[in-house]
Amino acid sequence: MTQQASERMEKSVTTAKEPVDPSGGEPTVYEISVTGRGGFVPPALDVPEATLPNEFLRADNGLPELSESDVVRHYLHLSQRNFGVDSGFYPLGSCTMKYNPKICEEVARLPGFARTHPLEPPALVQGNLALMSELQTWLAEIGGFAGVSLQPAAGAHGELTALLMIRAYHADRSESKRDEILIPDSAHGTNPASTTMAGFVAVEVPSDARGNIDLAALKAACTNRVASLMITNPNTLGLFDEHFAEVVRLVHECGGVVYGDGANMNALTGIVRPGEVGIDLMHFNLHKTFATPHGGGGPGSGPVGASAALVDYLPGPIIAEEPCAGDEKSRRYCLKTPSRSIGRVSSFFGNFGMMVRAYVYIRLLGGSGLRDSAMHAVLNANYLRARLRDLFPVPYDRVNMHEFVCQGHIEGSPVRALDISKRLMDYGFHPPTNYFPLIVREALMIEPTETESKPTLDAFIEAMRKIAIEARDNPELVRSAPHHMPVGRLDEVKAARELVLNDPAAPALGTPPEASASS
Amino acid sequence: MSFVPHTAGERAEMLAAIGIEEIEDLFADVPGQARFPALDLPIAVSQMEVAAEMRALSERNVHLDRTVSFLGAGVYDHYTPSTVDYVLARGEFYTSYTPYQPEMSQGMLQAMFEYQTMITRLTGMEVSNASHYDGATALAEAVLLALGLGSRRRNKIVVSTAVHPQYREVVKTYLRGTNAMIVGDQDPGGNAEDLSACVDAETAALVVQWPNFLGQLEDFRALAAACRKAGALFVVAVDPIALGLFEPPGSYGADIVVADGQCLGLPPSFGGPSLGIFATRKDLVRRLVGRLVGQTVDTRGRRGYVQTLGTREQHIRRAKATSNICTNAALGALAASVYLATLGRRGLKRVAELCYHKSHYAAGEIAKLPGVKVNPGVREKPFFKEFVVCLPRPVGEVNEILLRQHNIIGGYDLEQDYPHLKNHMLIAVTETAAKADIDRLVNALRAVTA
Repeated sequence: MTQQASERMEKSVTTAKEPVDPSGGEPTVYEISVTGRGGFVPPALDVPEATLPNEFLRADNGLPELSESDVVRHYLHLSQRNFGVDSGFYPLGSCTMKYNPKICEEVARLPGFARTHPLEPPALVQGNLALMSELQTWLAEIGGFAGVSLQPAAGAHGELTALLMIRAYHADRSESKRDEILIPDSAHGTNPASTTMAGFVAVEVPSDARGNIDLAALKAACTNRVASLMITNPNTLGLFDEHFAEVVRLVHECGGVVYGDGANMNALTGIVRPGEVGIDLMHFNLHKTFATPHGGGGPGSGPVGASAALVDYLPGPIIAEEPCAGDEKSRRYCLKTPSRSIGRVSSFFGNFGMMVRAYVYIRLLGGSGLRDSAMHAVLNANYLRARLRDLFPVPYDRVNMHEFVCQGHIEGSPVRALDISKRLMDYGFHPPTNYFPLIVREALMIEPTETESKPTLDAFIEAMRKIAIEARDNPELVRSAPHHMPVGRLDEVKAARELVLNDPAAPALGTPPEASASS
Repeated sequence: MSFVPHTAGERAEMLAAIGIEEIEDLFADVPGQARFPALDLPIAVSQMEVAAEMRALSERNVHLDRTVSFLGAGVYDHYTPSTVDYVLARGEFYTSYTPYQPEMSQGMLQAMFEYQTMITRLTGMEVSNASHYDGATALAEAVLLALGLGSRRRNKIVVSTAVHPQYREVVKTYLRGTNAMIVGDQDPGGNAEDLSACVDAETAALVVQWPNFLGQLEDFRALAAACRKAGALFVVAVDPIALGLFEPPGSYGADIVVADGQCLGLPPSFGGPSLGIFATRKDLVRRLVGRLVGQTVDTRGRRGYVQTLGTREQHIRRAKATSNICTNAALGALAASVYLATLGRRGLKRVAELCYHKSHYAAGEIAKLPGVKVNPGVREKPFFKEFVVCLPRPVGEVNEILLRQHNIIGGYDLEQDYPHLKNHMLIAVTETAAKADIDRLVNALRAVTA
């Protein structure tokens, strides 16, 4: 080897010892970027060039430059630093992390669905409209509603939709003075946030000692200012309200609408139809109940079902059937905006791709499979509670539905719920939801879902048992967890105080690229 | 079937551990008369049968792989490099949820951090959130942000009539819970550049789109100045592809930039799921809606990423949150990231150039047809990838013939939203249209309009 070559090699070795991210993590796309590299070859221009409007041209768009293999390796490495339901048990309470069937992904990618344009005339997309129409009908059947709009893009979006419908409904009855929305203290944060967005005032209703809505408090709150009660049933403690009929009666008697937060509908498919027991409006979470994937935080889909009194307020367009022109016997699907509709809540039809997945799921399971799923979700959660209640306190210790809440607290140990969660990662499990619902101190909200087997649940119970022992014998081990993740516990206070929201390695805004780069 | 893995033996052991006889015993709290309803749903079928059934159903649609399409109006057929779906299909990503537990979700968090960075560079803004549902809802949230700002109560929103009609409808729906009013969009032929006069001390925000719904590139510098003077927020909805080539709104004074990100690597998918892009100035970050990822360090000083400024959000702030948004469009943001990283600086610029040149070629050829006018009234205005064609007969008729006789999906019928634009079609041409496709459209239009 010549001296020159050996120096070159030494130099490259030195470079290798100093990775771009000195902490050994995955470098960012901007750190990998090299001026002049490219991963994508656009087709050659096959028409004459037009004159570009110089007054609008920018010097540089600030994007990185990577080869295709750079891109693939980068995102593959990132995926390896992420955990999904496909990786393992993910008992994140309230989020329903059940198995996402692969056939649903395959079907949603069929060009006949994925490659349709939302502004094609209805006659050209009868397949899509048939699918949406049937899904509307099925959701109405499952929920016990007169009609459904598939447009809302997520659960919270469905809440906002329903509250705007309630607003319009009361206005039509000259009851615009109704400005209060009653919300139990166990509710998801989206309920009060949606309330504010819809121009209402959130009024909190306390829970009683058994985790139900406190009836006396509800009675006192039910005045002629009440527009609605937002109720999650089973609630976020995983408990079915024992006085549900009475709750509904009180709200209806004071002129309010009962809104069901359908986040926990996965416990009720085929068990009870909410519309049949007094729920006037409800959103479904297709990404919970009907197994569409959560996508790392979306897209979801939050269809809203409505009773006969409210169905005309649904956002439009919805799918309807009409006789074909010139052939009264055959029907075709068309778009229809309900007569008192609040209008659009998103562009086009909402998250159609998620509807396709949910449709396939319902088709695979049928009514009996849906009921079977709900029953086993409830069985799994009760099994976990029965086996964990001696290790961790369960404050509302009664038969629960699809999830339950215990306390991440061990007598005489400084270990907290968050520590237990972090330690669970070392055992290969995604942690439960922490510190929610707010009414339970050191809450660990556990939702196993029906798609987990007994051996998985037993392994989780075993990990929880070991952590309970560690919490007593070696609390520091738990408090400093995780030990086997790509990073240790992260400084969230620093993140919020010294906001770094963009990669410092990216070119500064408005900086032209290096002169050497060809464009 | 269902995806329940339990054997009868396991079920029996579990019931015994709980101390009950059968699963039904767990549902005693559910009102008895309504318990266990029979659901009138189709009988379950096997995966094999569902696959065949769904394929047949999908083939009842006329889709873009079987035709040549010039339909845009907010959803565009851009080419998606194969890297995008390769990454989206990784189960570690698409079967995960919002990264509440950062140590176990570094991959998604870093991808979102990089997404935020690329969006700020593209839009010329200082901060981006980690996604919204779609362009229309991102715009509606921008308007709500403007209404909630400051101590002075401003309740007027000025909206250009050339903003996507469905975006305007969504904004209107979102404003039902406020006492705000919308002005500016009553004049159907209104010119966004004339909206300066509407912006006053009562105005919370001015909303425009660039390129506008008709594809035109308008100069918004004067509008930005008018907003600054009046203390109103200047909100611009953009086409992110155009920003590969053209000056971003951040460079001429936008306060909030929103966009629909479908064009960045997502299939049209009948309009959703899409991606809402939301970027703004640093001083508005505490009013920003949605998730936000920040860089930090772990206990050993290693770099890592977390969701930050949660105190803006519903799960912490409840009724006082800046928005109710929880689930957003994280996977769409991931798609956009992979798309932008794959195309890169020169790739996105070139795609934008191709759209520009091809649409101008199409417009030039169509303008030669007798009885057909291109961009009537605004011929001199530059446009990007869409333009207006005035035909001698109704758009519906023309499109029917284009499809039946030429297998072409024609442009969008503008009369649906703009009654004065009778016989006006909005045609979109992207880099996916070959010259031969464009020539086919021109020849077909010649035949239809002769």
